[in-house]
Amino acid sequence: MSKQRKAVALISGGLDSMLAAKTIMEQGVHVEGINFFTGFCVEGHTHAIRANDKAKPKRNNSLWVAEQLGMKLHIVDVIEEYKDVLINPKHGYGAHMNPCLDCKIFMVNKAKQWLVENDFDFIITGEVIGQRPMSQRKATMPIVSRESGADDLLLRPLCAKNLPATLPEREGWVDREKLHDFSGRSRKPQMAMAEQFGFDEYAQPAGGCCFLTDASYSSKLVDLWKARDGDKQYDLDDVMLLKVGRHIRPGQNFKVIVAREEGEGRFMQGYKKEFITMHCAGHAGPLVLVDGSPSAEDLFLAARITARYGQGRDAEQVDVSIAGKDGSEMIIQVKPFGADEIPQQWFI
Amino acid sequence: MNREILNARRLLCPLPVIRTQDKVKQLKAGDQLEVICTDPGVMQDIPTWCRINGHKVLETISGDHEYIIILEVGDS
Repeated sequence: MSKQRKAVALISGGLDSMLAAKTIMEQGVHVEGINFFTGFCVEGHTHAIRANDKAKPKRNNSLWVAEQLGMKLHIVDVIEEYKDVLINPKHGYGAHMNPCLDCKIFMVNKAKQWLVENDFDFIITGEVIGQRPMSQRKATMPIVSRESGADDLLLRPLCAKNLPATLPEREGWVDREKLHDFSGRSRKPQMAMAEQFGFDEYAQPAGGCCFLTDASYSSKLVDLWKARDGDKQYDLDDVMLLKVGRHIRPGQNFKVIVAREEGEGRFMQGYKKEFITMHCAGHAGPLVLVDGSPSAEDLFLAARITARYGQGRDAEQVDVSIAGKDGSEMIIQVKPFGADEIPQQWFI
Repeated sequence: MNREILNARRLLCPLPVIRTQDKVKQLKAGDQLEVICTDPGVMQDIPTWCRINGHKVLETISGDHEYIIILEVGDS
């Protein structure tokens, strides 16, 4: 009796990795999913923070995919290790701060480590040649295989027929004839396959799942690094705070983060011991965090920004409460900035 | 039967799931774990994680911006 082969599938929560895993499961291979959390994943966090999104159903798509496929999913925290990928990408960045090719190599490498530790036989990804301009090209496929150390243990079921046979194919663990030859940016083959498998609901096709592909987020990250004199180290709180609020930098030494709605304000309350905070005392208004080393004059300016986003924005004078990290509190009176008085270049 | 508490307050998904997963690895079948969270997304994600990994959700409690899930560790 032949040995039951086991594959670990990189599951992003999108359609391609779902179809890739399903394709191999259909061949009788035992498949378990793996999902890596870098800190920059879009889904989950913003929904959890923003009160306006509360009506939308919240789910982790990788968990949802695993349940649809009836397989286990292992979610791995790679926040610390991922820093080196983001800070020193060997293959550079994409349009923004997205190190897509290095990221793919890193994740496949992590999957290879997991495979060895758990006695699995090969790795599956949902990659398709030509699907992504940076990381999913004909030229990058062998780079990912080689530099990840996975070599020919890495099988891409959706485009395998366009690539040299891998070990699982050569050894007959999977039937190459039942794999696919997808290529290019068209989503039609995947959608047809989803219909064939009876998947009438799935997350929108991959991409847009990482904050690093977002221009606004990337600008805030670069600004953060510049403000720290080029020191690119970061922690999870940095990553999280770049996802919330309006970021306004009046000077190199400080910036203010203004909550845009109730959920963000509640989330930012959790940072009151790490930042100077402000809010309007006599009017309704948002919570504001002040990041950096502001002078007394800077705090006055930050208070005018705080007042601008409160209900007293048209008043002559507004009381603004300033709380220190130690909980001390003082109230100052300021004139709110006018509608066009905050320079556009301050907005990050 | 052992019962433990996991404080996952202020963590946003999927971190509460990851912390739950890591804690469950240290427990035995039949042990119970109470996970206390502030991200409402856990009310969907942790039960899903339990279903696909063979654990049982005993109780879920939604409070004022706080969410508690009590689970029993399965055999797998």
